[in-house]
Formats: sequence, C-alpha cells, structure tokens
Amino acid sequence: MSDGTTDPKTVDAPKADDPRDQAKAADNVDKDGRMLSADGTPLKRSLARALRVQKMRALMLIAPLLIFVLVTFIAPIVDMLFRSVENQIVSNTLPRTVASLSDWDASQDGAPGEEVFENFYYDLFIAAEAKEHTRLGSRLNYEQTGLSSLFRGSGRSVDDVGEEQIDALEDLNEAWEDEAFWYELMTGGENSAPTAEPLDIQRGMLERLTGDNFSGDVGFLPGSAITRVLPRTVNQYAAFALFTVFADEDVVAEEEPWEAVKVALIQELQAGADLSEYDGPGAEELRAAQEMLADQPQIAFKDAFIEMDEDWGENANWRTIQTYSPELTEGYFLNAIDMQKGIDGAEPRPENQQIYIMLFQRTLFMSLVICGSCILLGYPVAYLLSNLPMRTANLLMILVLLPFWTSLLVRTSAWKVMLQQQGVINDVLVWLGLVDDFGRLVMINNQFGTIVAMTHILLPFMILPMYSVMSTIPPSYVRAARSLGATQWTAFWRVYFPQSVPGIGAGSILVFILAIGYYITPEIVGGTTGTFISNRIAYHISSSLNWGLAAALGTILLAAVLILYWAYDRIVGIDNVKLG
Amino acid sequence: MTESQNSDAFVAFERVQKSYDGETLVVKDLNLSMPKGEFLTMLGPSGSGKTTCLMMLAGFETATHGKILLNGVSINNIPPHKRGIGMVFQNYALFPHMTVAENLSFPLEVRKLGKSEREEKVRRALDMVQMGDFGNRRPAQLSGGQQQRVALARALVFEPELVLMDEPLGALDKQLREHMQFEITNLAHQLGITTVYVTHDQTEALTMSDRVAVFDDGRIQQIAAPDVLYESPENSFVAQFIGENNTLEGTIKEIKGDLAVVELDDGELIDAKPVNVSQPGERTTISIRPERVEVDVKKLGDKAHTLKAEVAEFIYMGDVFRTRLKVAGKDDFIIKTRNSADQRRLQPGEQIEIGWLPEDCRALDAV
Amino acid sequence: MKLTTTLLASTAVAVSTAGAVTAQDMANSMTLVSWGGAYQNSQVKAYAEPYKEMNPDLEIVWDESSNEAVAKLRAMDEAGNVTWDVVDVVAADALRLCDEGLAMEIDPEEMLAEAPDGTSAEDDFGDMLVGDCFIPQIVYSTTFGYRTDMVPEGVEPPSEICDVFDLETYPGKRALEKRPINNMEWALLCDGVAKDEVYDVLATEEGQQQALDKLATIKDDVIWWSDGADTPQLLADGEVFMGSTYNGRLFSVIEEQGQPVAMMWDAQVFDLDGWIIPANLPEDRLARALDFIYFATDTQRLADQAKYISYGPARESSAPMVGQHADLGIDMAPHMPTDPENSKNTFLYNYEFWADYRDDIDAKFQSWLAG
Repeated sequence: MSDGTTDPKTVDAPKADDPRDQAKAADNVDKDGRMLSADGTPLKRSLARALRVQKMRALMLIAPLLIFVLVTFIAPIVDMLFRSVENQIVSNTLPRTVASLSDWDASQDGAPGEEVFENFYYDLFIAAEAKEHTRLGSRLNYEQTGLSSLFRGSGRSVDDVGEEQIDALEDLNEAWEDEAFWYELMTGGENSAPTAEPLDIQRGMLERLTGDNFSGDVGFLPGSAITRVLPRTVNQYAAFALFTVFADEDVVAEEEPWEAVKVALIQELQAGADLSEYDGPGAEELRAAQEMLADQPQIAFKDAFIEMDEDWGENANWRTIQTYSPELTEGYFLNAIDMQKGIDGAEPRPENQQIYIMLFQRTLFMSLVICGSCILLGYPVAYLLSNLPMRTANLLMILVLLPFWTSLLVRTSAWKVMLQQQGVINDVLVWLGLVDDFGRLVMINNQFGTIVAMTHILLPFMILPMYSVMSTIPPSYVRAARSLGATQWTAFWRVYFPQSVPGIGAGSILVFILAIGYYITPEIVGGTTGTFISNRIAYHISSSLNWGLAAALGTILLAAVLILYWAYDRIVGIDNVKLG
Repeated sequence: MTESQNSDAFVAFERVQKSYDGETLVVKDLNLSMPKGEFLTMLGPSGSGKTTCLMMLAGFETATHGKILLNGVSINNIPPHKRGIGMVFQNYALFPHMTVAENLSFPLEVRKLGKSEREEKVRRALDMVQMGDFGNRRPAQLSGGQQQRVALARALVFEPELVLMDEPLGALDKQLREHMQFEITNLAHQLGITTVYVTHDQTEALTMSDRVAVFDDGRIQQIAAPDVLYESPENSFVAQFIGENNTLEGTIKEIKGDLAVVELDDGELIDAKPVNVSQPGERTTISIRPERVEVDVKKLGDKAHTLKAEVAEFIYMGDVFRTRLKVAGKDDFIIKTRNSADQRRLQPGEQIEIGWLPEDCRALDAV
Repeated sequence: MKLTTTLLASTAVAVSTAGAVTAQDMANSMTLVSWGGAYQNSQVKAYAEPYKEMNPDLEIVWDESSNEAVAKLRAMDEAGNVTWDVVDVVAADALRLCDEGLAMEIDPEEMLAEAPDGTSAEDDFGDMLVGDCFIPQIVYSTTFGYRTDMVPEGVEPPSEICDVFDLETYPGKRALEKRPINNMEWALLCDGVAKDEVYDVLATEEGQQQALDKLATIKDDVIWWSDGADTPQLLADGEVFMGSTYNGRLFSVIEEQGQPVAMMWDAQVFDLDGWIIPANLPEDRLARALDFIYFATDTQRLADQAKYISYGPARESSAPMVGQHADLGIDMAPHMPTDPENSKNTFLYNYEFWADYRDDIDAKFQSWLAG
C-alpha cells in the first residue's frame, strides 16, 4: 500500500499529515493495514493500554470528589425526583383492596361491592394498628378532599366492625377472650406439623406496609391442620403475631388477638368451614361456635363502613383509590401542569385551580427580564472595570462583591425599606414634588419589586464573568479598528462587543439559572404577582408535605433549564461561554 | 541631536514631549522629520520611548507638548480613525470573530466602499501577500507568519500613505522573520509608502531601514542610515547598542585635529579618532569593532597601533572564529576572524599581538 | 385498640412520673425545637432554666426550626436519624405529624401532671388536646391590629371584623396572611354567613367561591404576608392601616415599642401551640423528653410563661395564676386572647376541616391570588 490515507481499511488508523510519519508508519503495517508498534502489537492496542493507565490515574484523582458528589448531590436529587412518579403507598397499605378494586367499574354509581369492603376491612385494620392509614389518608387527600379525615376517623372505629358477632362469640365461651387458648388453637398443639407459609405471607405484607424489618424468631408457628381448615384466621393471627413481637416487642402467647382475627374466624365458620376432619386443640369450642354463629347474621362490611362514615358510599372516594392504586403514577406530573387524572385519562383541572403553567411562564419570563436588566446594568460596569488600571479595578471589584458579604435577607429587606410606599424612594419623590402624597408609587410586593431586588442580588454573577472575559480582550483590537478608520462606536460594536459575547453568555446562563430557582427574594418582595414556581415548590415541600408534586414541579423546572441550555448551545454555542 | 524643521517633511515631530504621570517625561523634546517614501526604524531598548512615539503618531496617545505634523498639517487633535494611517500591531490584532476577508474588508466597510469594490481590493491585497486562498479562514486557523501577512494586508488595503509597524515580527521564529523582513521592505518600496517601524532588534533595523533612529532615555540618540550608524556611532550608547563592540576606558591626553591620544587605564597610550570628546583630561571610552581588529598586524602597515594580548577563549562559529582576549587588564575583548583557509585557530593561553588602524578606533564619551 | 393502650401504658409505667425514674436512665442532652425570638425566649425563661436548675448535668440544645418542623422531621425520619427530642409546633402541624406517624401518641392521664386541685390533666386541658400526639402549651390568636393615627377624622375606630372589608369608611391598605386559613372564614362571616355555619358553607364549592368573591372586594388593597413579623413591621412603617397577625406580635408593637397601634379582638381565631415528641425515640431520650414535658406543662410553668409573652396558658388551672409582665410590670391578663373582655366573639380554628380541605382550598386560593 502506497498511500495509507486512500485505503479505506486504514481510515480509522491515526492519520498522519506529515509525510515523514507516513513513511515511517508504512514499515509497521500488518497485512490488514493496521499500524503496528515496535513490538508487533497493533498500535491502537498499545495506545489504548498506555492511555488506560493515564485514565485510571485521572479517575483515581477525581474519585473522592466524584463519590462525594454522587452520594451527597446526585443520589438525593435522583431520589427526590423519583418521588414525582412513586406511588407505592396505596398498594402497600391496601394490598388486598387494590387487588379486588381492579375489577370494579368506577363508572357505575355508588361504592364497590361487599368483597372490596371485606378486603378493605382487613387492610385498614392492620394499617391502623401500624398507624399507616393516616399517611395514606394524607396522600389521597391531595387528590380527593376529605379522604384525610375519612381515613383518620375510620382507623379509630375499624375495630368496631363485627362487634355484635364477636360479643356473641365471647358470650358463648370465655375461652375466645383467652390469649393462651388462642395461641394453642393456632399452633395446633404439641404434635402438630407446623407450616411457615402464613407467616411468610404476612411478613412480606407487613414489611411493605411499614418499611420495617419483621424477620426473626416470632415464637409462633401455625399448625398445618388448623391452617387447612381456617386459612384466613391463621393468616390474620400470623399478622397479629408478627406485629406483636416486632413492633410492640411483646410475647404472642400473652396477648389477646386482634378483633380482625376474630372477625376472620367468624366469617370462616359462618361460611361453612369443614370441621369434621379437625381434631386438634379447641375442636370442641370451634364446633360449638360454628353452631351458634349459624343463627347470627353475617358481618356486613359495606354497611358497617357506611355507618362509620357515609362518605364510604361515595363513588368519588373509591374511584380515587382505584385511580391511584398503581405503584407508579403520572398524577403528580399531571397536577404540575394543571391537569388531573379523570375517568378517561388526563383532563384539565377546574379553571379556578389552575396555577402552575402560569407560574412556570411567569418564572421564565421574569428570569429573562432579570437576566436582561443584569446585562444592561452589568455591561458598562464590567467594561469600566476591565479598562481601569489594576489597582483601581480591584478596589471597584470589592464594591461589586460587597453585596455578597451581606446576608441575602438583609439585602432583600433593605429593598423593602427602599421601595415600600412609605419608603425612602417614595419619600424622596414626594419631597421633590414629583409624586402626590396620596399617589405614592407601588414598587414592591409585585413583579417590579422582585425584578429590582433580584437584579441587584444577581448582578455580581453577571459582572464577574463579563469582567473576566473583557479583561482578556487586548486593547489593541479596538486600536486596530480605530486605526483602520472605525469610529469609537463602530470599533466597540463591530470589534469589542462580539468578543465580549462569551462573557455575556456565561453571565446570562449563571443569572438565568440562579433566577429561575430563586425563592427567598420573590417570597419576601414578590407579593402575589411576583412569586416564582419555586415558591410553590417550597410550599409543597415544607407546608403541604406534598413532596410528590414538589418533585414533579422540580423535575419540570430542571427539564426546562436543560432544554433552554440545549437551545442555547444550538443557537449561540456553548464554546462561546467563558467563565474566566 | 536636533534637526531643523523641514516644511517638505511628510511626517514631522516638533519638540514633542510626553508624560504619563506629570512627573517624568517618557519622551523628551523629540524632533524628527521624514520625507515621503522613507522607511524609518525606531530602535531602542524597552522603555526608551519609541513605542510611545509611534502611539502618538497613530493617535492613541496625545502629546503632552509639541506638534506632530502629517503632510504639513498638525494632527494633534485629529482622532485616530481620521488620520488614515495603516498600522500593524505587535500581536497582529486580527479580529478573531471575523474571517481573513472580513478583517480586510473592515477598513473598506467603514469607509463605505461598495461591495464589489471592497471584494476587489481585498482580493488584490491578499494576493499581494500571497494569501489569496485563505480569505475564508479565521485568524486562529492561520500560522504566525500567515497572520503576519494578513495583518500587513489589512494595514495596506485601504491604501494609506503612512504605515506604522509596532514590532510586527517579534513573535516569529528566526527564519520566518528574516524572510518577512525582506518581504516587508520590498512591499514598502514597491508601493512607495512611508513606513515607521518600531523594533528592539538591531539586525532588523539595519537590514530593513533607509534610516534608523536610535532611542534611549526618551531621546533620539542618533538618526542615520544603517551603515553610518554602524560605522560612525556618535556616542557610546549607539556604539554599544548597534552591533558588537570592544571598549577600553581611558583619559584624553591631547587632541590633534582628527587624532586624539588616549591614555588607557593601564598606562598605555593609543591613538583614536575623537568623536564626542573635546578637551584633554576628559574620560573617554574607546570603541573598536571586533572585525576591525587584526591578528596578523603586518597586514595593517605602519599606521597601525599594536597591543599585546593573551588568548582566553576560542569559539568556533562556523563562518567566523570568535576569540576572547585579555587586553589592557580587561578580559572581554572580542575579535572576529574569517574562517578562511589561511586563518589559524588560536589556542587559549597563547601570547599574541593585535592591532588596528587609528580611524577604526573611536574615542567616545565615557559611560 | 387495646394493644395501643397497653403499649402506651407500659411506656408510661416505664417512665411513670418524675419520681419513679432515676436520672441515670435519662439522656444527658436534649434538643428542643422552637420558633426562636421572643416566644422561644419565654420558653427558656419559664421552662428550660428552672428545669436545668433541677438537672444541672443536662445539656439543652435549642433549634429554631419550628416553622419547617414537619418537613424536617419527615426528612429525618426517612434518613433514620431523628435528632430532635421535643418539638414545638402549632396544633395543625401536630395533627399532620401524628397522621404521618412522625409524632408519638401521648396519654395525658399518664404523662402530664394533674392540676394543683387534683383535676386530671385531660380535664384541665379539655378541648385543647387536639389529635393523639399534641401536648398543648399556649392559646394564641390571629387577630387584627390597626394604626390609630390612620383612622379617618370623625369616624369611630374599627371594632368589628367586617370593618376590614369596609374600604369606604376605613380606606387604606390591609395586611392579610398569604393563605386561605382564617381569611376565608372572616370573608364568609362578613358576607352574612352565621358563625356556626361557616365551615359547612366553606365545605362547598359555592361557599369557597363566595369567600373568594368577598376577599376580591379588597384584593387591590391587600399586602399579603407570609412571615409573622411582616404585619408588625408594616404597621410600624405605616404601610398598612390594619393587618392580621398573632396577638403576641401586636402586644410587642403596642406595649413594648409604643407604636400608635391598637388591637381589634373581634372574631379573633384561636389556635394552639404546643409540644410533640417524635416517634420511635431511643429509651433514654424518650425518658428525658417525657420528664421534661411533665415538668414544663404543669400548671405553674404554663402560668409562668405568660410573664414573658402575651399568650394564654392552655390549662384552665393556669389562668388565675397569670401575673405581671416580667419587664414591663403591666398586668398580663387583659392582654391574653382568652381574657373574657377580648374573647366575646371568637373562632376556634377547625383542625379537622382544614386537614381535609387545605390542599383543595389552597389551590383555589393561590390560583385566585395569582389571577
């Protein structure tokens, strides 16, 4: 091969511009046309090996910072952003209800059927024991007003369900109130073959419900005989046992079981559990109870709940639970763009609740205005600074940086004193007679106030990169332009200004990104028309505790910044940004 | 040194002074006049005031006192862009955000020339510096020499009558610099433009200029054609600054016409040509160029003055031999001999006799 | 829920009252969270300093994070590292912390001191025990103050809540809190809704719109505040004619700073502030927290706090013991929101209602504000 650059096989080989290099390389080319190093290994491989050591060393050098950033910055942000779609709380708290609700047709009137309520009873009972039902109530209250107190109230009275039948049972035989009797019945006595299955099932459900660890010795193993006859009762007892041991740190055999266990027993006996084969402990009592319960009415869960609170009969409440039962939801994101999940998918929220899109627009618009005024005010200052002798420039630079040394709150409050209606500026205007005493200007608690205060606060972030770029522009450029016949303005506009654009770009990116996420200043001086989306994010983080919505809003804000950054790169080019 | 005012001069400085701080003068009482078409170099060490003079001429600095005339008109109050002077800057100052063609077009645009005319002139100017194919490149994509050519083309494209160059070749390597020196002088003479060239490189000054003005301490020490400057320096600064130079210190014994008798510090008496010494008893510096010192003293004839010397060091430099000698108690006396077939290589420690003609030996002011 | 009771009982037995637990079982350091400023100062003087005298080895750390206690406690709980021992929060936040499982349930009978006359703590606190986790401390009210020098000539000073909505008689700016709570109730009251029907009306779409419409009549003249210090400052600067804020803040503007401001107690909204103990504290820290709470919420201590700030003690038995201001030497009783003269027409913040309707009405309110 005479000319390496024309052979397609060598296109990816290092290109040798210098003919001498080509001549040298020609000696070390294998039959496929790959460059070889002195010892005969392909040059690419040798190069990669040599570079790998360098790369490893570089990686080692940045490793501490990288790990630090990952652990303290990236991971929390990713975790926070994940909350914008995370919705496991519903299926973790109400696993059985969610499963049975999936078949329910929400478009028909009223509440779902008895089966859903029956499952809901067992879910709510354990959730109330673990105090997780109020959390779920708060979560669902973001979507449907009233669910918070509905869950809170129902959690208190859920153990009243089936009271009548339980009383009858306990009247029949006091053994049903005796913890030791229950324990023996459930373990199946001394010679029973134990089964761990119900424990494992309940352990999984409890761990999902509470997020705590329930593994370890329970001091209880269900008997397989009783599990075959009364599976639901054993399962409820297993849940009770696990909860007693791990959450309450008590001994199973010494605690009377939950009402839910008894309700399960009553249900199973009434449903005709086949006791004929059973001869374990308590067989007598069970048969007696079954006989007695045959005359008792069945436990009506739906009626019981509706009696507890008539809102359980409301279609809307159940529809909300059904809509929000998947483990991931787009509901927060829909809320964040003034939409909501309806029966047929996404639909706009009622007009009197729409706010976020308007706030996003306002945030973008005002950030741009602030950015623009920072450029207008900062450019001449940076220009002056970069053209002064070093010593004077340093002195003035301190003045520029001075605001950094005062607390943000102090500076913002100072603007309040300046701009308010009884403030310094209005006083001066009235004194000068420019403004009537009754016509004092409203310059704060509105957009104007926010723009003024934030422009002042962010100005140094504009001036510094501009200054550092401008001070690298040699004066000879303008001189050259002047000597070539340009007036001062032409020399500035055609020659100096284009070269200072990277500084404007860097300053604008800094100011814009800082502005878009600002919240203290708009909160203090923004009134109602000058607040940003970040004020709502802060509200949802610290006041309403709707972290999912806050995360969705934050994610959208982050995405908006990234898109703008991308657009900036496409239009202006990120190479045109110099921070120093 | 002063020069009388010349009304025919194209560029003239009249008693120009410049001070930045109001306490010290950077330029002291400068008088200078240049005829049209001349290539004048301002040469001097840094801080000698040469660049300040150039900047005053370009209009970027104002004279504190005195007048600067261009074509007989005072330009003190004319802003730089109306002076119509082309200028090449030290680091070329090509506008980085414009292509080469746009750079060249810039002075034509501000002069509101039509598009076709601009393009024509830009093309011609680029061809002139052999950069015709580079019009669409950005300055950052060009080598130093290419940038230099573009800068030159840009300074010439609007056809100024006066071009100023501020150390334009300082950033180039030696070979390229020598080549560009030749090109610049050629162009300047071809186009008949008047050029003021600032440099601190004496070789550049000597090879390129019609006249050289040697600056030091805010004054022109001597202004003359290169050969005059080299061969007849008027003071010891110029002698030292231009070319290599051997000095011996002594005192004037007597002056007879164009011959002075000098007593060197070790007591030896030698003859020298008095240049700026006037009376006996005055301290003086004797200046002899290394190449005018002869090792084979018989070649010089009777008038030659001879001295004993000891070889301290022999340096082989290719075309010449450079030998350091101990003479009259000093050990930095350099002689240069041509590497010719008959030239012997001197050995360190060797005792020899050296000599020179009295007219090559100049008695200058004491340093 | 027998189990819960047994759990609580057993904890209470372990802690019992001050005497039964020896000091060795309790942590030697305790982090108290409060609001900072004059209010926290009153707690330091009335509770922390005497308690420290009894327990000289104890180190008390104050954290001024109450205004974001709910969010911070939730974050701490998720990180599995709760560093706070006793947290001062308003009742609504206590309710939410309780709902979230972040605050410990309390048993007033076991954990709180009886009144000097033997009345049980449960009866002594009465209605103030909101939710299952809240240990009440003070009653404060959100009410209006106005500048006396801005009352137009020949007009009676404002004395009724509806004067706030009367721009013709009382022209000037108002300061209202930038949230629906309280404002919506006042608006309905002044739009002809009977006091006991306010929350029923507010639960309906139309009622909410009615309240917003009423607020709209003064919207252009309202400066919306979000920090308790805003209204006192706005009043002091003469920026507003009248504004709502906490009565203790107005007390300091009027009595301590001597500004020409007067109180308007009509339709003041009672709210409660008190302690919660974070859930799942380690045993020694829990013992310390309970010991402190037992001491700091007894009749004498609650009455003592009123010497430093004009908030009413949450115990009925403390009321007669309220004395004079520690520095000003004035009688504090007339400045208490609970004083009979002041509380002729009052409103009790409806926690349950707002727990349910907060998100919904807030969305509408914010949308209305921004529109």
